[in-house]
Amino acid sequence: MNDEMRRAAAAYVLSLGDDEMILSHRDSEWTGHAPILEEDIAFANIALDEMGHALLWYRLHAELVGEDPEAHPDRLVYRRKAAEFRNTPLVEGPKGDWARSILRQFLFDSAELVRLAELSRSAHAPLAAVARKILTEERYHDRHTRAWVRRLGLGTDESRRRMQRALEELWPLVPDLMGQRPEEALLVAAGICPPADVVQESWEADVIPTVQAAGLRVPTESVPSGFNRFHHTPDLDELLAELQSVARLEPSEAVW
Amino acid sequence: MVTASAVDANLDRIWHVLNEIQDPEIPVLSLVDLGIVRGVDLQGDSVTVRLAPTFAGCPALHVMQQAVRDRLHGLGFADVKVETVLDPPWTTDDLSPTAREKLRGFGLAPPRRPAAEAALRLEDPVACPHCGSLETDLRNAFGSTACRTIRYCRSCRQPFEGFKPI
Repeated sequence: MNDEMRRAAAAYVLSLGDDEMILSHRDSEWTGHAPILEEDIAFANIALDEMGHALLWYRLHAELVGEDPEAHPDRLVYRRKAAEFRNTPLVEGPKGDWARSILRQFLFDSAELVRLAELSRSAHAPLAAVARKILTEERYHDRHTRAWVRRLGLGTDESRRRMQRALEELWPLVPDLMGQRPEEALLVAAGICPPADVVQESWEADVIPTVQAAGLRVPTESVPSGFNRFHHTPDLDELLAELQSVARLEPSEAVW
Repeated sequence: MVTASAVDANLDRIWHVLNEIQDPEIPVLSLVDLGIVRGVDLQGDSVTVRLAPTFAGCPALHVMQQAVRDRLHGLGFADVKVETVLDPPWTTDDLSPTAREKLRGFGLAPPRRPAAEAALRLEDPVACPHCGSLETDLRNAFGSTACRTIRYCRSCRQPFEGFKPI
């Protein structure tokens, strides 16, 4: 792998890790607050899994940029400013109500499953290995949130109303979740990652009928949010202020 | 000069220790029972132990890695490295037969095999670790740790936990 390819792979892997890490933090906000005990347990577990997945991507990022895989993940999480994070805006918004969190998690998990299945055949073997590892756990998330989308969509008038509202609010953020990243062309040519449109097609073929079968209307047109992996909403600042609050008190390299 | 038999004796001591280090969340299981030890290399007084993570976010992993370093230093090895191996990924099929028995004794239903199929059919009943009945239901795919599900036995009317297949 030449330097240019290595930098491109590092950028791609960092965005995967940041998606998992930021979503993990939002999911963890349900701990102690979920509508029922079983879901409190489920979301705490999903948050923990996503953090584990972030750690695997960050360790791979460390290898690609020549950093220590033990120390690098903590630095990435605790020492970067919002503008340096490469997560997609879908994962950084507030947890909202239960419908919004369930729908966001489903949109993310279903996209994740498609992408990971492709990445598990990546020409870069360490990347394929991480994808295969994560895939074994991610299926449980998808199964869980998919069932909830159906349950809430087909539930009461109130649950359907909230799901529909969540769908309309989150849908403008989907293009950035699925969209092509700047480093992608190079990586696709080398067989390291799948083209964005291939992922998007499989994802839509799965998600749109699923959402419709849950009695929800997929927005036909939505105004692009104007936010992306390089231009974050103020929600990310607020999230990092909490996530990094202890680290910011001790600007030296403390070991957590 | 280090003889072949001295190397073998050292490897035996290392494996013996690895079989004593417990999973802090399931203390009846050792690293060897879990099937996460992918290899041990010994060069003079340097040891490298390769471990496969179970669930990626499991906090027990760091505890186990540290325990390997501490215990092997304690045996007198100056340089101990613990490497993480992801490929092929650990699955619950790697749990040893002994591990499955110990899990049952611990009150945790062992995962069905093969894991890939069991994961797709999580609702299928597993035997209650208390009374052996198959009249059991899945209550939650997520439990008190990353590796557990919550189940209920209709025969002995007790909730129990199951090891989650991956």
